[in-house]
Parts: sequence; structure tokens; C-alpha cells
Amino acid sequence: MKLLELLGYFNYWVFAIILTVGLYAVIRKTNLIKKLIGLSIFQSAVFLMYITMDKVEGGTAPIIQTGVENQIFSNPLPQVLILTAIVVGVSTLALGLAIVVRINESYGTIEEREILDAD
Amino acid sequence: MIFVFALFLLTLLVITALAIVHTENLFVAVMLTSIFSLLMAANFFILDAADVALTEAAVGAGVTTVIFLSALALTGEREKPRVGGRNIALVTVGILALLIIYATFDKPRLGDPNAPVHQHVAPWYLEKTPEYMGFPNVVTAVLSSFRGYDTLGEVFVVFAACIGVLFILGVRPPRESLEPRDESSGLRHHLIPQVVGRLLVPFIVLFGLYVQFHGEYGPGGGFQAGAIIATGVILYALLEGEAEALRAVPRSVLLGMVIGGAMLFGSVGVVCMLMGGAFLDYSVLAADPVWGQQLGILIIEAGVGMAVCGALLSIFHAFAARESLS
Repeated sequence: MKLLELLGYFNYWVFAIILTVGLYAVIRKTNLIKKLIGLSIFQSAVFLMYITMDKVEGGTAPIIQTGVENQIFSNPLPQVLILTAIVVGVSTLALGLAIVVRINESYGTIEEREILDAD
Repeated sequence: MIFVFALFLLTLLVITALAIVHTENLFVAVMLTSIFSLLMAANFFILDAADVALTEAAVGAGVTTVIFLSALALTGEREKPRVGGRNIALVTVGILALLIIYATFDKPRLGDPNAPVHQHVAPWYLEKTPEYMGFPNVVTAVLSSFRGYDTLGEVFVVFAACIGVLFILGVRPPRESLEPRDESSGLRHHLIPQVVGRLLVPFIVLFGLYVQFHGEYGPGGGFQAGAIIATGVILYALLEGEAEALRAVPRSVLLGMVIGGAMLFGSVGVVCMLMGGAFLDYSVLAADPVWGQQLGILIIEAGVGMAVCGALLSIFHAFAARESLS
């Protein structure tokens, strides 16, 4: 396999690494806010994978210009899915943070171990 | 050349992600998350997703950071280190990473025009958008008309999340002796942020309105515009203090925007049904189906913009109000 062809997979490797870095934060960190940060990294990795799939060689953003023939466009569908997912992502993240804030008010800590000990 | 730049950005992305997880100061982690989002937006732009890049830059680097920071102000910015369990976690995620990388060799190469994802409905969308909608931005067309049901669902998820945050943070804190702190005056005593910020706020809001109403012709639409206008108002709140921002845009207006935006979207669908079409089939709204589509899309994009802007600002104010109580 040629080197350039291998580099065609580079985006997917970055996706894999970022995804697992986020997952590591979720399973290993005990601080609840750090867990949520890990979750949002995980989420961003999925966004990157979708957007990587939309790219077409020699293509441009799917905005059709009149008078230009034989344009190649990248795929609009993954873009639409991710566009809405980003906004939904921040709303659900805010919901998670709100719960963390309430946990902190009730237990005085956001470390998972200390919360479990307090119960 | 752009290829080399993309490799550089992706490498930076990985380094930033590792740094976020490594640092024990949550404040640093949140700031790095903001940089991470900005890098991600640049990557989206290189991959031809202009609309997504705009959203990620406004939401990820702007709103998310502010919400994280206001949550940190309520909890504490030091993370306690955890002993043990490190190796098993590393081995687990390492194996997972290797498995995913192994699986990517079955995926089509980046930019392959014959990939299965490009063979299904996408060419049809690209071909029919000028004919059915009469405007050039295919992303907006798919978002608001071809897949309007999806978008309606997403708007209601944003709506539900906003209501959830308001319910959770709406109750008074359990600890007694709550004396509301002095009204935060924002950065009023800092000259440089004050001058620069005041100059920026009107332009941010103006750009948001441009993105809202130009979404059919260039990158943009309700989701991006809502997020951009929200960042403008949040900047105002940071500069002048939260009370001043609430005086400019009161809570009741924000709630009205969230509810009104979601209802506007839904009621356009119902009106379409009353006029003899299917739910969210805008063609029946005017005598000329293309005009009908454009009218419908303009209205629902306005609804989306209102709902997103109202929801993000309500969430911000919910956290900020908590701050001045505790």
C-alpha cells in the first residue's frame, strides 16, 4: 500500500485515538466534571468521524453556485446530522453539569469515591 | 498543501485531547477544551463542512466553555488524583483503540467518491435542491425541508434539556443562611475588556442575524445564528454583570423564545396539514411550490434560531443565578 493511501486513513486513526482518550477519562477519572469533559471529547470524536465520511476528493462545501458546471460537492447529509448534534450535545452537557452542581450542593464534593462513602 | 495543514491540525487535536485528560486543574482542562473545539472547527472546515465548522466554533469554543466555567465556579477547580486502576484502564482503552484502527482499514479512503455513503440519497438531494427550493445551500435544504422531522425532534430535545436544567437549578440550595452576594458587576472595572467587548457585542449580534437570514445562500441557519447571538449576549453579561444582561433580555422573554420557537416550528407543520399537504411539507404554503418551500424554511429557521438562542441563554442564566446564591 502506498504511503498516500495510508494517510487517507489518518483521520480515522485520529478519531480512534480521541475516542479512546475520551473513554479513558470517563472510566478512570473520579471527578464528575472531568468525566463530563471526557464525554464531550468522546462525542467530538464521533463528530469527526461523520464529517470525515462526507469529504469527496476535489469537492467543495455543498453550496451550489450558478453558472459553474461540473462542480463536485461533498456529502451534505452527515453535515446536517452533526450540525444538529452539536447543539443538542451542548444542551445535554448543560443538563449533566446541572446535576453535578446539585450533587455538589447536597454532598459537598464531586469526587465519586467521596460521594459513595457519604451514602 | 492543505493536506499537510490538515495533518498538522489533527496532530494538535490529539495532543490537546491528551493534555485535557492529563491535567489535574479543571480550569486548565476547560480552557483546553475550548482550544480543542476551535481546532475541531478548523478540521471541519478543511473537510468541506462550513456549516458545521460555524456551529462548532460558536457552540464548542463559546457557549460550552462559559457553561463549564460557571459550573466550575460552583464546585471547585481542583481534581483529586486517583490511586490504582490506571494500568487496567490504559490496557482496556489501548486494546479498543487498536481494534478501531484495525477496523478502519475496511473503510473507504478519505475522499473516495465511490464510498457507499455517497451513493444513497445524497446525490438526489444535491440534484433536486435548486429545482425544489430555488436556493443554493443544500445543507439548509436538507436540514429544514427534506429532513424536517429530524430537525423538529432535535429542537424538542434542546427544549427538553433546557426545561430540565431550569427544573434542577430552579430549586433553592439546601444549605441555610443564604444571603445573596453583592450583585456581580462583571468586568466593569477592567478597562480593556470593557472597551473591546463593548465594540464587539453589536457586531456579534449583527453577524448572528446575518447568518440567520442568509442561511439559504451561504453557510448558516437557525442553529448557528441562535448560538452566535447567545454568545453575544453572554459576552454582554460577562462585561456588565448578569443583572444588567437580564435587564436587557429578561427571563420571561428567554422562556418565551424557547417555547415560542419550538411551537412555531411545530405549528408550521400543522398549518401545512391544514392546507392539504403532509406534516412539514411546505410546498402547499404558497401558490408556487418553490415559494412555499422558501417561506416555510424561513419561518422554521426563525423558530430554530429563537429556540436555540433562548435555551442557551436560559441555561447560562440558570447557572449564573446559582452562583450569586451560594
